[in-house]
Amino acid sequence: MALKIVKGSIDRMFDKNLQDLVRGIRNHKEDEAKYISTCIDEIKQELKQDNIAVKANAVCKLTYLQMLGYDVSWAAFNIVEVMSSSKFTYKRIGYLAASQCFHESTDVIMLTTNQIRKDLSSPNQYDTGVALTGLSCFVTPDLARDLANDIMTLMSHTKPYIRKKAVLIMYKVFLKYPESLRPAFPRLKEKLEDPDPGVQSAAVNVICELARRNPKNYLSLAPLFFKLMTSSTNNWVLIKIIKLFGALTPLEPRLGKKLIEPLTNLIHSTSAMSLLYECVNTVIAVLISLSSGMPNHSASIQVMKYLGLLAMSKILKTHPKSVQSHKDLILQCLDDKDESIRLRALDLLYGMVSKKNLMEIVKKLMLHVDKAEGTTYRDELLTKIIDICSQSNYQYITNFEWYISILVELTRLEGTRHGHLIASQMLDVAIRVKAIRVFAVAQMATLLDNAHLLTGNVQRKGICEVLYAAAWICGEFSEHLDNPTQTLEAMLRPKVATLPGHIQAVYVQNAAKLFATVLKSQEGNTDSTAAQETSQLMIDRLPLFVQSANLEVQERASCILQLVKYIQKLQQKDVEIAEEVIALFAGELNPVAPKAQKKVPVPEGLDLDAWINEPPSESESEDEQPRAIFAKEEPKHSRPRHTEVDEKELAKRREARKQEQANNPFYIKSSPSSQKVYQEAPGVEHIPVVQIDLSVPLKVPGLPMSDQYVKLEEERRQKDRADKKKKEKKKRKEKRSGRGKRHDSGPESEEDITPAHMVDIVTEEMPENALPSDDDDKDPNDPHKALDIDLDKPLADSEKLPVRSHRAAEVLKSPAQDGDAESAASQEPKKKSSKEKREKKKDKDRDRKVRVTCLQHYSPPPSPANHTCLILSSTSRISNTISPSTLWVFDDKKSSKHKKKKQKKEKEEKEKKKKKKHHHHHHHSDGGGEESVQNGTVEEEEPLPVSRDGPDQVNDIQGNLQDGSQVVVSVIFENKCDSFLKSMEFNVLDSLNSKLQRPEGSGPHDGLTVPFQLPPGVSNEARFVFTMQSIITPQKLKGTLTFIVKDSSTHEKLDFKLHFTCTSYLISTPCYSDAFAKLLESGDLKCSSVKLEGVVMPFHHLLARICFRHHFSVVERIDSCASMYSRSIQDHHVCLLVKTSGQTVSIDAKCDEPTLLGNVLDEIKQTFSQC
Amino acid sequence: MIKAILIFNNHGKPRLSKFYEHYNEDTEQQIIRETFHLVSKRDENVCNFLEGGMLIGGSDYKLIYRHYATLYFVFCVDSSESELGILDLIQVFVETLDKCFENVCELDLIFHVDKVHNILAEMVMGGMVLETNMNEIITQVDAQNKMEKSEVSLTLFDIYS
Repeated sequence: MALKIVKGSIDRMFDKNLQDLVRGIRNHKEDEAKYISTCIDEIKQELKQDNIAVKANAVCKLTYLQMLGYDVSWAAFNIVEVMSSSKFTYKRIGYLAASQCFHESTDVIMLTTNQIRKDLSSPNQYDTGVALTGLSCFVTPDLARDLANDIMTLMSHTKPYIRKKAVLIMYKVFLKYPESLRPAFPRLKEKLEDPDPGVQSAAVNVICELARRNPKNYLSLAPLFFKLMTSSTNNWVLIKIIKLFGALTPLEPRLGKKLIEPLTNLIHSTSAMSLLYECVNTVIAVLISLSSGMPNHSASIQVMKYLGLLAMSKILKTHPKSVQSHKDLILQCLDDKDESIRLRALDLLYGMVSKKNLMEIVKKLMLHVDKAEGTTYRDELLTKIIDICSQSNYQYITNFEWYISILVELTRLEGTRHGHLIASQMLDVAIRVKAIRVFAVAQMATLLDNAHLLTGNVQRKGICEVLYAAAWICGEFSEHLDNPTQTLEAMLRPKVATLPGHIQAVYVQNAAKLFATVLKSQEGNTDSTAAQETSQLMIDRLPLFVQSANLEVQERASCILQLVKYIQKLQQKDVEIAEEVIALFAGELNPVAPKAQKKVPVPEGLDLDAWINEPPSESESEDEQPRAIFAKEEPKHSRPRHTEVDEKELAKRREARKQEQANNPFYIKSSPSSQKVYQEAPGVEHIPVVQIDLSVPLKVPGLPMSDQYVKLEEERRQKDRADKKKKEKKKRKEKRSGRGKRHDSGPESEEDITPAHMVDIVTEEMPENALPSDDDDKDPNDPHKALDIDLDKPLADSEKLPVRSHRAAEVLKSPAQDGDAESAASQEPKKKSSKEKREKKKDKDRDRKVRVTCLQHYSPPPSPANHTCLILSSTSRISNTISPSTLWVFDDKKSSKHKKKKQKKEKEEKEKKKKKKHHHHHHHSDGGGEESVQNGTVEEEEPLPVSRDGPDQVNDIQGNLQDGSQVVVSVIFENKCDSFLKSMEFNVLDSLNSKLQRPEGSGPHDGLTVPFQLPPGVSNEARFVFTMQSIITPQKLKGTLTFIVKDSSTHEKLDFKLHFTCTSYLISTPCYSDAFAKLLESGDLKCSSVKLEGVVMPFHHLLARICFRHHFSVVERIDSCASMYSRSIQDHHVCLLVKTSGQTVSIDAKCDEPTLLGNVLDEIKQTFSQC
Repeated sequence: MIKAILIFNNHGKPRLSKFYEHYNEDTEQQIIRETFHLVSKRDENVCNFLEGGMLIGGSDYKLIYRHYATLYFVFCVDSSESELGILDLIQVFVETLDKCFENVCELDLIFHVDKVHNILAEMVMGGMVLETNMNEIITQVDAQNKMEKSEVSLTLFDIYS
């Protein structure tokens, strides 16, 4: 063996180390990829060697390659090997590699649990440190749950180095396993007053991180932090605390006053700029104090400018007035060459606009838009302008004509991505602001007229979205158009066919609307030729769209074309049809709030889940239903045949429709409030609209004109003021005696500015009785939501961290936790089984499969935390799979009746890491199918021969051994068919050794009633207790499940077998090598051995297989020799010595129970004979 | 929380990448490229903060960077970190490297990326700042290196005895 080590070391001298690799890559600049791929091949060779030093070197190189972007996940198992080296040097390399490339879905992570636990309790503080650092990067919910207790112990470690790391990692544990927060919090709080400043800082760090998301839960810590703030000298800690207070103060206003003094002290005394800034930030002092307190050099000025703007944005939220006075300064920042600063300034502007300064600010922004041609910054500006104007329901816009013209000006931007944004604004304003429609329609008509400017070149692609809005507005509000014929012509130009499909569709539809309006206006004339010309125009141009490749366009166009042709026929007969054509598009569109649908309250007595009609059987639904629908609806859809409907008739119909809608519960009516808006708003006619000289804005679009509004606005305001003065003078004249002076000289306040238009911004409709709720915006996926936990409540007994392994319990020796472990342990299988269920759902689409899965859960009395589980399925084959970290056994069997088997192979790469131990064939050996193992689940599916309609079931059985002889088996029944299952009875034929426990008074052969029924697709769990006399031999129990399928009302029977292997009574128990040696020396163990021939797998795979399948843990491994240990639930010790040479593996075993040992060895042999 | 720490040179070649949240290798490279692109086009005399990396974070995240000779040190952090605090931290990091490597230069980082990782691990753990005191960091790093050395000599001893 010594020779081997020497040989390994000599080999190593010829291997490349990291430096050689880097040098090599630098020397192969031209063919780097090729060079690296040869290196990876070398690394693969190195990983195959037994020498751990060679492996570690290889893993180190892989870590470097990972940084260069190469996937190294294939070496995950080797990384675990290097992690578990006893030498710190290699361990550190392993953990570094793991931290760089492991993540939650890395499957080997579950193999690391015990290794990490061992490292955490290592006597060497750096082993522990390295493990903690690594764990912080790849902790998973499972690891967090299993290790939470170990880490919590480390929080009170004697070495501050370990304490601070343990404290810090708790945050990650909380995130992954929120249940740990409450039990761990008292100790975390304690660490705030740790004598070591590093530990203190870590604790502050963690609590600040927690409090940032859910500040209200941490208010009670304020006094403690207050103390820390006055006593600590660590700037980092102070910054964190001050930031925390910033989050707490809004919740507890009294804090603010108390904070002023220590904060001002800090501001005056500190020399650290960072701390100063945070203080200032928190104190919400103004920019001035910042600039006075800072030294003058240029880079730092940029830094402070940025931070100043950031601070101001915070001040803005609470004290908008004080920031508004710095408007000019902020506008100046828009000219800054630094984009970060410009963007911050933009953000600020958003918050500072008011009715008074909106126009001015936007004007300034428009100038910038012109300057910033062709950059992403310009797009940012554009969205900001729209954001600023539209914020809080257009509350700052006093003149919508101005806004529309701004929007029109924005359409001149080339290459912007935000065409749709402008379009939606146009639509929104035109729909919701009634008074502006006349103006908007006129503007849109000009836009349409000049559409060629917008569509001219490819770069303008984004902006042509605007035409969508323009066409719709012109069509919908066509009654306001000056010259509808011209617009109609513009919309039907051949050039339109180059626009995107959805825009063309709108064009076609709205051309029809326009056509209706034009008809109406022309029919009044005596000359009917004009009307016919319009029809002819439509008929001439529409075929262009009928040929469109876009379905929507084509469909609409051909519909409308036929309609127009019909109209033309009628026109030639001199029939007046304008009214009817208009009626096609009658009715007003109201804006509906986006959340309206969600807020419709469910009327009393309406059960949305209940069937309205019993669902028809499949055969019915296919041929009968559609016919019924058509038969009924046909008369409704037919076109109105009476062409001579007069105005009265129409009005009557409209009235009737309104009535119908009012009584129809499914029609979303406008809420009373919004109706009021319509009725009480004095109507467009009564609004004192400023007369617009249309000649002014109706220049060719593309010329700036919004400026005129700024001037106009100024004039108007002055006029207003003058009017007021006049009035007041009058008043004064009238009441010379005067009650008091009124002064009007001060700056006009916000309220003084009257909007130019009486603008009724139509509120978006909400359903009646809609409940205001604020939970709409919360993101259910936020991981921090789970941490919103009340921490002041005293700890309940059940809230303790799970103690999972024997060792952890022994190390702790805390009686309280032992007591709770049981509850914790009983929670875990539930989680597992839900995971399994999820997996099973994947296969749910398979019809008619039966699976009885059985998970047995043993927990021996001293620390009942280990569990094993069996999956049973009604199959004739049995196999056990055991993972060393989770200790689950899965058994499944197949009843011999079944002929065909369908089995799905999933994730084959996982398979190699999990090994089967034994594989019994019962009855017939027709079970030749392969088997796949995924995450410890054995998946089997097959057609169910039992019943015609095929009720499918999945039964998971999990057991829990309370003492040495009792097993609780919990069965999950999942109904996979689509019939209702009831009256289920579960029965197992007792053997001498094992009995199903039945309620007192029932006979030894009675079945146990399953206390629930199963609707289709539902699963539920039932528990059954078994009593075991002896565990030294494997056992098979036959059982049956009887149930009634609801519709057929006959009893169905499902046979299954429960197989308890000897292995499944073993519990992987870690054992120290010295304790192991003592055990072997004690001499009360019987010896036995077995030889396996022809095993062709690496030794570590072999060990992993034994660990995984047979619940052993490796005590020590020396090259090709390893000692392993396990313990049975009745406290039998089982020790193995595994040696390999060539293809022969010899296993020497010792146990105090020879029969058990023999059976276990047989099972091991079975596992390897199958592979 | 710190989301990622990146070191790359003036040509965008990564010298160290540490992500505290998992991305696959391709995304990581894309992030490094994007970050380099954003940072490298900025002048020397503009501020050290940058928002708007598309891949990493979102509105809550900022890039905070410092440029030393041929290397960029970039930290991607969320709003719970103090901007100036992180700038100081970068300074501490670089000074620590300087002490550990004795006049650190890009070559040291190129050939000893594992050592840089080990030093970083003593400062930042799982995205949270562990230690800001340079002396403490150096003490711990040295102690671990010493352990490593003693193990190496032990191995040699094993071989030749």
